[in-house]
Amino acid sequence: MQHLEGFYLCNLTSAIERTSAMERMATDHIVGIDLGTTNSLVAYMQGDSPVVIPGEDGVNLVPSVVALDENNQIIVGTAARRYLIETPERAVYSIKRLMGRGLEDIQAELKLFPFKLAEDLQQGEVLRIKIGERTYTPPEISALVLRQLKRNAERFFSAPVTQAVITVPAYFNDAQRQATKDAGRIAGLNVLRLVNEPTAASLAYGLDKKKHGIVVVYDLGGGTFDISILKLHDGIFEVIATNGDTHLGGDDIDNLLIAIALDDIRGDLGLDLRRSGEAVQRIRQAVIEAKIALSSQPTAKLDVDLPGGKKYQREISLAVFEQMIQPIIDRTVGPCKQALKDAGLKPEQIDEVVLVGGSTRIPKVRRLVRNLFERVPHTDLNPDEVVALGAAVQANILGGGSEITKEMLLLDVTPLSLGIEVAGGVTDKIILRNSTVPASATQYYTTQVDGQTNIAIHVLQGERELARDCRSLARFDLKGVPPMPAGMPRIEVKFLIDANGILRVSAREQRSGKEAEIDVQPSYGLTDEQVENMLLESFDYAEEDFRQRQVIEARREADTILTALAKGKSNPAWLELTNDERRNVEKLGKALVAVKDGDDYHAIRAAIDALNQATMRLAELMMDSAVSTALKGKAMDEADTDLGEGPQAGHPVAKADFE
Amino acid sequence: MRAVHFCSSCGKVQPPVPVDYFTFFGFPRKLNLDTAALEKEFYALSRRLHPDLFAQANPEERAFSLEQSSMLNDAYRTLKDPIKRTEYLLRLEGVELEEQSKQATEKARATGELKKQVVPPDLLEEVFELNMHLEELREQKKIGEDDPAMLEEIGKAKLSLEEKYDALFNELKAEWNKWDKSVDEKPEDKGNEEDRRKILDKILDVLNRRNYVRNLVRDVNEAMES
Repeated sequence: MQHLEGFYLCNLTSAIERTSAMERMATDHIVGIDLGTTNSLVAYMQGDSPVVIPGEDGVNLVPSVVALDENNQIIVGTAARRYLIETPERAVYSIKRLMGRGLEDIQAELKLFPFKLAEDLQQGEVLRIKIGERTYTPPEISALVLRQLKRNAERFFSAPVTQAVITVPAYFNDAQRQATKDAGRIAGLNVLRLVNEPTAASLAYGLDKKKHGIVVVYDLGGGTFDISILKLHDGIFEVIATNGDTHLGGDDIDNLLIAIALDDIRGDLGLDLRRSGEAVQRIRQAVIEAKIALSSQPTAKLDVDLPGGKKYQREISLAVFEQMIQPIIDRTVGPCKQALKDAGLKPEQIDEVVLVGGSTRIPKVRRLVRNLFERVPHTDLNPDEVVALGAAVQANILGGGSEITKEMLLLDVTPLSLGIEVAGGVTDKIILRNSTVPASATQYYTTQVDGQTNIAIHVLQGERELARDCRSLARFDLKGVPPMPAGMPRIEVKFLIDANGILRVSAREQRSGKEAEIDVQPSYGLTDEQVENMLLESFDYAEEDFRQRQVIEARREADTILTALAKGKSNPAWLELTNDERRNVEKLGKALVAVKDGDDYHAIRAAIDALNQATMRLAELMMDSAVSTALKGKAMDEADTDLGEGPQAGHPVAKADFE
Repeated sequence: MRAVHFCSSCGKVQPPVPVDYFTFFGFPRKLNLDTAALEKEFYALSRRLHPDLFAQANPEERAFSLEQSSMLNDAYRTLKDPIKRTEYLLRLEGVELEEQSKQATEKARATGELKKQVVPPDLLEEVFELNMHLEELREQKKIGEDDPAMLEEIGKAKLSLEEKYDALFNELKAEWNKWDKSVDEKPEDKGNEEDRRKILDKILDVLNRRNYVRNLVRDVNEAMES
């Protein structure tokens, strides 16, 4: 077929391209990741339903905790939690609170969380946190959590995982989004998309129902709060308004309870434990347990062993607990009302309310939501998993979709207005909040002085009138403006917010048609070069890791089959084989023994496969004699079930829970 | 005529053509617009242009999709809102509404003077009285008193302003009809150009008055809430 002249990308190989893309997709799993303040999860689309991939311990949630052990080995997840109490100076949690933030933003955080900043931290530098003797930036710490999830997925698929969708709070600003994307890159992941958490939840929620109407997602997690209002229509998930608070969540409840407990201890026992990391962490564990218990019981007991042999004991009733947390959960009301106002909706126009995030298990929170939206909220989805499941759905869509997702499309918005600083320190808003992304705005600039070749632009994010009250995103320096009399150059600057909610800027001098050079100085965040350096280090490491793990697993499999073979040789079936068959099996068994302790994965794999093939008939004979007809046709290592789980054993998969 | 977004032969996404938002959707440059049809078209084009559909495509296609999709969203956002649509048409027709007010703002800032706002003549008396009341209200709030009678007065004035605001929208719609009619007329008609200019000037006038009333209502709300 002849393509029209002047059209781009037309070529006859497109069909071939498409086929190879499909083949690639069949082998490359794109995973969905919920990188949470408290817990993180990885999920993927198994057929028509998203499922969470458990860790080696069989648990779906990976605590977002990173620690260094006594040998400076990095420990992530459940195993790292122990260090929070034993060696609190060697462990870090809730790092998400510091993503994309500067020193001046986190003063409140530093009072409540045991983050230890590097002593040599310079003003304007990306934060560095001390863990033991080492220092890490928040994206690096998040990358360690991501790498753990990546490993879990790789173990599950027995294949490398390189592409992911990662969720972020809807109300995250540009710097926080960029930091999350950087973390993905450092972990060796190509981040195909950042998806807003409440939006992801709506995808999981709307997946198996042909939903129409207005849906509100109320997402109160460990450290962040989001409210999103969506319109669902023929598979299109259109966000109409979003709002939130990136520093509001279950952590705040914990910190309040810890503060009260420390006060109590000082009053009753005369102990000031505020500076004792270990004691504070013990109290933290206890108040978290009490908080969780109070979602299903009328009272909870605090019982903490303190240093010096003393005990702190206290009973908290639900009524007292609810009174204490009232001011915290009330902070979610303002954003909800603003989102409704922005959407131009009254509560009675809402069709459904969906709850997301662990903190929505608190009965008081549920009552608040019910009163605000005049609807009984849905509680049939697991609030801890729904975001990751939605991320898996989006990953599937980006991978080309499947039968169930092919009609689905997500239209999300930018949570904050984008502005530029104009004369008098005032913000001129050029892209308003709740604009569907991608969104763009074009501005024209000129020079003020004859021969001026540079123009500075200050980009801001936020709703306030004055530039100093908004979040500084970046300062752009337009360079190489052709020298002309003042006011003559006409520079077109295009600001574009992409589907990840991240800003891109391009500029062109219109009279000369020259692309202007833009020098970006992000106000917060790593430079590309810094990310690249961190990436190379950990990427090499990750590849090496994966290769080694493959070898270890193959070795384990080899041991399993060799043990099975030894056992098989004492079975009467062994004598039923021909001499040639027996010789062949012996030979291949020796060959496997010879290669299995080496580092050549492919050699081990090939030897296992050959031995498996050769023992097929022996396995059959053994099964026949064992009257175990159900297992007919299986090879040796699977026939003998007494040998325990080999690496081939099925992984326990948590099914998504829909109604 | 709708702008060309895809190759008519192989269906691949094309780089955006610099067209106006009406042409982007294939709508005539009229102010009465079927928003249901616009929404339908927006969804249909989203299903073909959104970057999610190009996550596995080559960088060039991804870039085209990003540009096209942002233009689609910008166009939809502008056209679906009646006021934004009207302001956009004014700009398209060379009536620099925004730039004028921006220049005035910057000039006012540079000289340190307050930006002068021309009070619509029919509101002169009402505005004068309202501003006096608001001034009193602010004074009273400072010393922690309140005068129910005056609050009622302000409430009444606010109600009247809101009615005015709605009436101005109807006035605007009447001008839309005139504009759309002139678009339907043949361009070679003598005097058409001048008629159109008159309609546009009238639209600008209605918009300015409406903005003025909106700012007043906002001031009232702020004074009452603070």
